[in-house]
Amino acid sequence: MHLMHQFLQQIFSGLAAGSIYASLALALVMIYRATDLVNFAQGEMAMFSTYIAWTLVNAGLPFWLAFFITLVVSFLGGMIIERVLIRPVENAPVLAAVVVTIGLLLIFNSVAGWIYSYTVQDFPSPFPDRPVFGALMTTRDLGVIGFTLVMLVLLFAFFRYTPIGLAMRAAAQNPASARLCGIRVGRMLAIGWGLAAMIGATAGVMVAPVLFLDPNMMGGVLIYAFAGALLGGITSPIGAVVGGLIVGITENLVGTYLIASQLKLTVAFALIILVLVFRPNGLFGTAIVRRV
Amino acid sequence: MAPILELRSLRAFYGQSEVVHGIDVTVEEGGMTVLLGANGAGKTTTLRALCGMVRRDGEILFAGEALHRRSTEEIASLGVGHVPEGRGTFVGLTVEENLRLGGYTKPGRAPEAIERMYGYFPILAQRRRQQAGALSGGEQQMLAIARALMMAPRLLVLDEPSFGLAPRVVESIFSIVERIRRDKHVSVLLVEQNASLALELADHAYLIETGYVVASGSAKSLADDPQIRRSYLGY
Amino acid sequence: MDKRPAALETLAGAPATAATASRWRWLGIFALVLLAAALPFALSNYHVFELTMVMIYAIAVLGLNILTGYNGQISLGHGGFFAVGAYTAAILMHRYGAPYWLTLPPAALIGFALGVLFGLPALRFEGPYLALVTLAMALATPQLLKYFDTWTGGQQGINLVKPVPPPGLGLGRDRWLYYLVFVVLLLAIRIAANMLHGRTGRAWVAIRDHPIAAAAMGIDTARYKTLAFGTSTLFTAVAGALAAIVVGYVSPEGYSIFLSVSFLVGSAVGGIATIGGAIVGGFFIQFVPNLANDISDAAPWAIYGLAMLLFMYTMPRGVVGTLEPWVARLYSSRKTPLLQTADRLPKEG
Repeated sequence: MHLMHQFLQQIFSGLAAGSIYASLALALVMIYRATDLVNFAQGEMAMFSTYIAWTLVNAGLPFWLAFFITLVVSFLGGMIIERVLIRPVENAPVLAAVVVTIGLLLIFNSVAGWIYSYTVQDFPSPFPDRPVFGALMTTRDLGVIGFTLVMLVLLFAFFRYTPIGLAMRAAAQNPASARLCGIRVGRMLAIGWGLAAMIGATAGVMVAPVLFLDPNMMGGVLIYAFAGALLGGITSPIGAVVGGLIVGITENLVGTYLIASQLKLTVAFALIILVLVFRPNGLFGTAIVRRV
Repeated sequence: MAPILELRSLRAFYGQSEVVHGIDVTVEEGGMTVLLGANGAGKTTTLRALCGMVRRDGEILFAGEALHRRSTEEIASLGVGHVPEGRGTFVGLTVEENLRLGGYTKPGRAPEAIERMYGYFPILAQRRRQQAGALSGGEQQMLAIARALMMAPRLLVLDEPSFGLAPRVVESIFSIVERIRRDKHVSVLLVEQNASLALELADHAYLIETGYVVASGSAKSLADDPQIRRSYLGY
Repeated sequence: MDKRPAALETLAGAPATAATASRWRWLGIFALVLLAAALPFALSNYHVFELTMVMIYAIAVLGLNILTGYNGQISLGHGGFFAVGAYTAAILMHRYGAPYWLTLPPAALIGFALGVLFGLPALRFEGPYLALVTLAMALATPQLLKYFDTWTGGQQGINLVKPVPPPGLGLGRDRWLYYLVFVVLLLAIRIAANMLHGRTGRAWVAIRDHPIAAAAMGIDTARYKTLAFGTSTLFTAVAGALAAIVVGYVSPEGYSIFLSVSFLVGSAVGGIATIGGAIVGGFFIQFVPNLANDISDAAPWAIYGLAMLLFMYTMPRGVVGTLEPWVARLYSSRKTPLLQTADRLPKEG
């Protein structure tokens, strides 16, 4: 019985971690769908946003206000980054764009370390950390899962039911036809990056109380989010969420039950790749279409 | 009648190669002009140049506005509805979503406009919630035309609407286009390989060969020309 | 990846036209080789060591170029193969007392075998999926190295006895190692050039640019892709072995994900579908981090990142990739259009 209890505990805390991976994975998928790029800097952008939130909270602002301002700043930041830093390489060879996002990763990480130092900081959580349901999970885990769910529903509604959401989907699928409808595709891409940055900021703020805030906080999160996004299918938003959750649970279970805990990352990745061998485009992904 | 569209010394390029070498085309307001010619003559390229989709040079005047420096989105917003070669429907989206996108620049009028499109193309109403990719070729063509009409364009640009479609479907599409043209006073610039059908419907015609205009005039005069009959009409 | 055909000019490096152009080219290369051979006598030991590292990184990046540039597969894991070569050499020297030069063939073989082993499942994966699989390799390497510590010395790593230059040549150790690596580099370039300009290279380009057409033409895509992987990792593993010998020390920390990223960056900056670009890449990897530190010791990696961005904005095809077509044009009698390994095709429906 105790074993079962521990197992369920790990599942639930895996779900909480997975929610964060799912959020970042969703940001990665959004950008991939719009610009055919994996934004390797997504994690560091999120980290930087979290530092902004931290600065605001330390300046005395109430948490949710600081969070809201951070979201707005992140949105604008994401838009500016796409417009100024990414657009020059959007039509260049893929590797050039990959190198640019990696360069951004390094820049954000280094600048954060410079401004805020590498000292690990505490970050407040809006959710109290109390065990619940017979110590099966904590209120913080529930808060993280719940918040992520709300965000996902809002995003889904945005893309499904608003004109801009529709225009963004169109611009991602078929930019040429979207232009013929009078849609400013460039602006849609910028908004996409802005939204992704906002989602990333959410992930950062959710994870900081647990991992503690420092410039290298999001490195591991990005790697797992990337794996989750691919596991789910890099072209599928639902896949991103499912993939992120699965990776979170897998990571937790491997970490708990694996004897050689130093090999956690290796084993977790080996399992993910094993699944991909059978589904090379991810669980929900569609094959990358090849034109003859 | 004043021309709604004037192309003057239009040149168009694919990468480094010039494929259209300085042509002049006029579309009268409310009329239908057709560009005829064989495959690779440069007809589609001309349409793409008009809408800013390829590198171009020369003058493009649309209802008094100069288009040759404008982006595709701006040109669309000014009232040019382009139905591209291959239809360009958003195959991952539903029929109704495709139409809504067509009406993106005129949000207020969208709901009535959609109903009007369903009036012209009843088959689309039946399939309104289906994915556009699941529609047949003819239905997708209708959807593409309806989408372009959603923006209440002053000029409708049609690139090979009959491509890959059965004759009966082509007839029905063209009769709807005719009806719309008369109802709404839309001018039409048409590219067609199906010369006989095009010359029946159009007012004016241009014959394009390897990037040059080699013949132009009223559709009737071109249809009566023996050379053209032999080369393009098959009799 | 890139989908338009590349001109033979850009790849082969020599214009398909005038013989004069290729004569100039050979002269230029010969002059460079002479210069490189003479350099050690003009520089201090430390500088010679730095240049030796440049050449080692060039060999590693050349391996990556073969995979990424000519085969269109992006690898985030070449640091792992570098480590395999390094540790092969280290273990052979430390545990079995093998002479340093004898460790190179085993490193090459193991590198090749691992690459083929990796390449087989990697056949199923495209684009970002392949990136993930190779990333896994890069991440697993330090962990595995620490775990199997009886062999690898774990966290402490392995200290190696530095090679003794052969007597009678009058060369110090640093200079001797420079020439050793130099010879290996020349050999590597020769082998790579032969493969790339020959049948294998053409098959690789065909697979990269038009995989469906290539298969339809009867090219055994699977075999060539696997061969590309194996060759690529062979080169990088040999580079790793050389690094172990020259530096005299291996430890898991030295083979982190950052090493893989460095190789990728060096490859991109030099020019992925070029041989000369590998050398440019080697210089970038060896010197830019130090330069960045000089410019700003508070945020050196920000400068490094900035350098990456600037290179990609101004020369998205890399230094050699951008300059080469222009140079070829200068010597070509005809005005051939600048066909290049392509930008990405616009998305349609």
